[in-house]
Amino acid sequence: MTVWDIRLRRQLRHEASRFDLDVQFRTDAQRVVLHGPSGAGKTQTLRLIAGIGRPDAGRVAIAGRTLFDSDAGLDLSPQARRIGHVFQDYALFPHLTVRQNIAFALRPGWRNPPRRGAAPEADRWIEQFSLQGVAGHHPHQISGGQRQRTALARALVTRPAALLLDEPFAALDRGLRQQLRDELLQLQAALQLPLLLITHDEEDVRCLAQAVVHIDGGRVVDRPAGAPTPLQPSAT
Amino acid sequence: MPEAWVALALTLKVAGWATAINLVLGIAVGHAMARWRFPGRDLLDAALTLPMVMPPTVLGYYLLVVIGSQGVIGAWLLQHFGIRLIFTWQAAVIAATIVAFPLVFKAARAAFEQVDPQLEDAARTLGIGEWGVFFRVSLPLAWRGILAGLLLSFARALGEFGATLMVAGSIAGKTQTLSIAVYEAVQAGRDDTANFLVALTSITCTAVLLSAGRLAPGRVAARG
Repeated sequence: MTVWDIRLRRQLRHEASRFDLDVQFRTDAQRVVLHGPSGAGKTQTLRLIAGIGRPDAGRVAIAGRTLFDSDAGLDLSPQARRIGHVFQDYALFPHLTVRQNIAFALRPGWRNPPRRGAAPEADRWIEQFSLQGVAGHHPHQISGGQRQRTALARALVTRPAALLLDEPFAALDRGLRQQLRDELLQLQAALQLPLLLITHDEEDVRCLAQAVVHIDGGRVVDRPAGAPTPLQPSAT
Repeated sequence: MPEAWVALALTLKVAGWATAINLVLGIAVGHAMARWRFPGRDLLDAALTLPMVMPPTVLGYYLLVVIGSQGVIGAWLLQHFGIRLIFTWQAAVIAATIVAFPLVFKAARAAFEQVDPQLEDAARTLGIGEWGVFFRVSLPLAWRGILAGLLLSFARALGEFGATLMVAGSIAGKTQTLSIAVYEAVQAGRDDTANFLVALTSITCTAVLLSAGRLAPGRVAARG
């Protein structure tokens, strides 16, 4: 079964410069890595899939569920897409505690979850990611690895239909990276969650990818320009 | 001096109403201007800031043209509802609101522009609707800046003189605010009254600023 069926076209204008994004890929693989140099359009691709940016044309279907189809006039709101999104710098809410961040999606409506108060679903994730010690802390008071886990827990608490991660390990040191990669792999295997991950770290590609999509200059390319041959043991 | 206390109560009432109206209006317009791109945005921003730089008398004149008995809205209100706005305390509220509006609007716009749009996007991907995004993410993060603007606008409304005098007049006990009462007392050579009013005004403003400074940090959830 096709898990990721993505076709996106968007013209981005920023003052004088213009950037044409035209990304297409279809794959049966659950874990897909978007690989490419910075400025290649990887983050934009993720935003368009999540629905927080709007493509000019294209189609987004994940595991048989169509989220966007310009031909059919279908465009689900980001709220309705049920896609977990872990942003590059995590985008944790600075005015809320770790626990409130994780419980954020559990409470619909106009008010944030209270500092104390029952949220068993949130507590389950706090435990799973060993965040009990910092649950009452604010994001600026915790370490990079804890922030990453908080962002992941916040996204997973919604039971998303797919997970997007924008350079999830970039801000962490190498030892921690490997540990969190393993955690992510285990989690993905347990939940059977389609996962799309951006990186320019060869190690992420090697450990996590069932399929790799190389992007450069807003397009899918066969081989990354100027980069060492991918998917080989490399010096990095 | 009972009339001084009446003037103080009236001034606080007028400034309070003006600030309450600007709380809603300034936040709504400031947020819209910070988040939406549309043609003529800069022009609209300039027009909304105008009350801050225009002479109060010019503003008062504009207001007379609009809400005066022969004014566009004033005539309509008088004809259909028998409401005569001019020379009422409500007219003073309108004048104070407009004069103080740019202070809230400017502060709110700047504060909302400081909020990382990615945080709002994150809330959307978590399934939270647009009103929820506003009340749970944007507003709490912008609140400190907005509060600063609100306090300034309250202070500005307390001291409003020119436009108020033109549309609300100086009716003792009805539309005579502190600043107008000071002017009247000086004009009439009642120095004792003027001294007392000036002292009262100074104490009131200081008290407002002090309590504001005490209030502000405690109300902010985001630290760091």
